[in-house]
Amino acid sequence: METVLKAVHLNKYFYDPEKFQVLKDVTFDVKKGEFLSIIGKSGCGKSTLLYLLSTMDTEYEGAIEMAETPLTGRSQDYLSHFRNEHLGFVFQFHFLLPEFSALQNVMLPGLKLGRYSEKEVEERAMEKLRLIGMADFARKPASKLSGGQQQRVAIARAMINDPTIIMGDEPTGNLDRANTENVFHIFKELAGMGQTIIAVTHDPDFAAGCDRVIEMSDGMIIRQ
Amino acid sequence: MNLHIAAEIAKTHLLAKKKQTLVAMLGVTFGIAMFITMISFMQGVNQFLEDSALDASPHVRMYNEVNTQRPGLIDELNPKGFNVVYHQKPKDELSRLKNGITIAERIEKEAGVLGVSFQLSTQVFFNNGPIQISGTVAGVDIERENRLYNLNSRLKSGSLRTLQSNPDGLIMGATLARKLNVRVGDKVSVTTPLGTNRILRVVGTFSFGIGTVDNIKSYANISTVQEMLQKDPGYITDIHIKMNDPLQAIPFGKRLYATYGYHTEDWATANQAILAGENIRNVMTFVVSFTLLVVAGFGIYNIMNMTVMNKIKDIAILKATGFDGKDIVAIFLLQAIFIGISGGILGLLIGFGLSYMLSIMPFDAGDVLSLKTFPVIFAAKYYLMGLGFGVTTTVLAGFFPSRKASKVDPVAILRG
Repeated sequence: METVLKAVHLNKYFYDPEKFQVLKDVTFDVKKGEFLSIIGKSGCGKSTLLYLLSTMDTEYEGAIEMAETPLTGRSQDYLSHFRNEHLGFVFQFHFLLPEFSALQNVMLPGLKLGRYSEKEVEERAMEKLRLIGMADFARKPASKLSGGQQQRVAIARAMINDPTIIMGDEPTGNLDRANTENVFHIFKELAGMGQTIIAVTHDPDFAAGCDRVIEMSDGMIIRQ
Repeated sequence: MNLHIAAEIAKTHLLAKKKQTLVAMLGVTFGIAMFITMISFMQGVNQFLEDSALDASPHVRMYNEVNTQRPGLIDELNPKGFNVVYHQKPKDELSRLKNGITIAERIEKEAGVLGVSFQLSTQVFFNNGPIQISGTVAGVDIERENRLYNLNSRLKSGSLRTLQSNPDGLIMGATLARKLNVRVGDKVSVTTPLGTNRILRVVGTFSFGIGTVDNIKSYANISTVQEMLQKDPGYITDIHIKMNDPLQAIPFGKRLYATYGYHTEDWATANQAILAGENIRNVMTFVVSFTLLVVAGFGIYNIMNMTVMNKIKDIAILKATGFDGKDIVAIFLLQAIFIGISGGILGLLIGFGLSYMLSIMPFDAGDVLSLKTFPVIFAAKYYLMGLGFGVTTTVLAGFFPSRKASKVDPVAILRG
């Protein structure tokens, strides 16, 4: 199996209020098509690790390589473009743009990438919405959707550019049981289709359904 | 950077908060509308005052300065001695310009000269029954004077031609005629400083719209005034010159002084108070206008800042999903530009409307100024300036918040 993500000797410090090592020599690989979850107690550094992998946090020691591209020390603009092409995000608090319709929210990263024409991006976006069962709500403004619905739209948005990896930061953390199951089901289905997924979660049921679990404690990987 | 998506997002933001957009636009609108109104009105007043003062005065006036202060002859001959001289009288010096008419004709032939009018001016008393009112009579060639001051258009009654055919004719300032209670056709008795009397007939009245002229001045034929003063037909005291280009008058006056040796006074020297006042008003206009625009600019800056603050989560999402700093700047700058241009154009329209209303508003300045409505200038350059200033301030006011937005750290926002 091809390796899509390589994290080598990651060390990360927080300096406020005093110097504190959040991540201690974290090293691991992710294979293509893996459904990986990172678990651990609050403050163990799992979210911090995810933000390093997401390329949005660039202050760390060590090296990250994704899709055979070394990402350490790249410029912000390069990383923006890389995120646009290779990464999809699902956050804990859904984070759609409230003024835009569900469809537009899904389309925006696709339009930014510019690989397809606007018409094609729209068709692809509709396809993704259909996949997660949100096609009927495509024209509704994001602010009029329920929490569970927004999270599903966010997943569709994460998929629009056929990313190398979808990253979820507590993707079910803010949802009730029924929606959690729904979202988990979608993730599982995507993983079945060969999509690489990395999710940080608190939820043991969620983790139990994954291909592989990394457990963290005090900034170190204690179990793989 | 993809301008098309940025524009699309900017449009959605503007339309989603229509009220806020409108308030921001109105900030620009009022700033520019007031700027246009202010500057059009103040420049109109300046122009009017300048025109009415300068129209009535020559560009260059040549005259013989009679100086009564001179050292005594004994002091000159014996400067170091102990001289006592009491009651020294001035020399009997005439204020005439020798060969004045020849000089005037020569000046007239020079390049850049619009017209020359030689004249003989004197203080007089106008007698109306037992009442005496002081004034001046200028003996002129009315044709020449008309070419300089466009007298025809300033006539309130009568005609210039009657003066040419009537040696005893007199054209009077309108206010002076009213004070004397005389109309065209009435006779008026004039007393000269020499004590001679002459009955003249009023054949016209004029008004320059300047109190100090309309109140005291009157025109007669130059030969009539020469007779009244018992002078020869070549006796003149003043030469008035108008140039094609008023600015040329200043060096031209100096040259005439060097050539003929008579004192020359140009319009800028004669109207120093007016020109100084104009400069002060100009500075004031620009200070007030600039303040208006800066205040409007700060209003926009605040609103744009608020917009960015409200949208900080959206910015974090956009950055997370691959939009870079330039995209974010473009999104917010486009909003600022839209607000600036649409608010600016609306401001120009309202500014034009206000200036127009001001320009048709009746204003009675009495006899002092010939004004029926407020003077307002409609000049394209003020409108371009207003729009230029408005758009620049808005863009600057939008640029700083959007640059701040582009530097938002998405991790800090998304982590919650």
